[in-house]
Amino acid sequence: MKLKELESCLQQVDAFEEPKILLEQYPTSPHIAACMLYTIHNTFDDIEGKLVADLGCGCGVLSIGAAMLDAGLCVGFDIDDDALEIFKRNSEEFELTNIDLIQCDMCSLRSHAYAKKFDTVIMNPPFGTKHNQGMDMQFLRTALTMATTAVYSLHKTSTRGHIQKKANDWGVKMEVIAELRYDLPASYKFHKKKSVRKMLTSL
Amino acid sequence: MKLLTHNMLTSHVKGVTKGYPLLIKATEVKVSEVEFNPNFVSRMIPKLEWSALVQAADGLGHLQDLPAELVTDYEKNEEFLRKVHRVLLEVEVLEGCLQCPESGREFPISRGVPNMLLNEDEA
Repeated sequence: MKLKELESCLQQVDAFEEPKILLEQYPTSPHIAACMLYTIHNTFDDIEGKLVADLGCGCGVLSIGAAMLDAGLCVGFDIDDDALEIFKRNSEEFELTNIDLIQCDMCSLRSHAYAKKFDTVIMNPPFGTKHNQGMDMQFLRTALTMATTAVYSLHKTSTRGHIQKKANDWGVKMEVIAELRYDLPASYKFHKKKSVRKMLTSL
Repeated sequence: MKLLTHNMLTSHVKGVTKGYPLLIKATEVKVSEVEFNPNFVSRMIPKLEWSALVQAADGLGHLQDLPAELVTDYEKNEEFLRKVHRVLLEVEVLEGCLQCPESGREFPISRGVPNMLLNEDEA
């Protein structure tokens, strides 16, 4: 599948109907999702035939893309009923059979839950800006216990130094694969910045 | 919820030391066709709790002729891998619940999604 095709398919994925501010819900744009997945698949071969986890999957754009790139199985994890409802609807519309979902709270998992069960983790975690600082790092820590090969995650470019330091503390190799401008359609009234610089990080 | 996913799920209710495997109480099960990838199935087998898989499949009436003990040299055994594929990926629990073997707490499954969220007093 070509990048353009993938992006075009992902444009059909329904997003949040009423995004919840406190959960930092916003969709990963089809363009960013496609670029991210395409790189993970073509450069690193970490999707096809692999067991993939999507943490904080929301409406499922990353999972659906991974499933289309022939992941052995992609399992989406999210806390929110409404998001999972939309994800379900999306995966049914795309008639994908290699997707599964779990409703849980990533931040209150025991440390060994799902440990080393997945080949790859992909995610666009909450930044940790709305009263939940450090949430992106919590997600990252959990993701690292779950994956045997690699974790691919989107983070604000401004946190690069912090993540590098944590990676060193945790004894994992961190690499910035790409930097992207992330355009947030002003979905929340208080949004001032129209775009945020994010980096695709692999650990 | 596929059985590959079920095989990973544990109950973490406060005080529970052995919340695995979760007992499946299904009210609606679906079997669909999923593309067979022998390499994928073969790589998943070492990660599985085999007896929990057999127990789960049996409980759903979908054990068929899956052996109770894992066979040796399964990597090249296509017939065996196909049986495992069916049970891991093609059988899905759509409605029902998962019961913690120690506390009895039930985690609902709705539209194929198991809800593992704990209440404040259980976490």
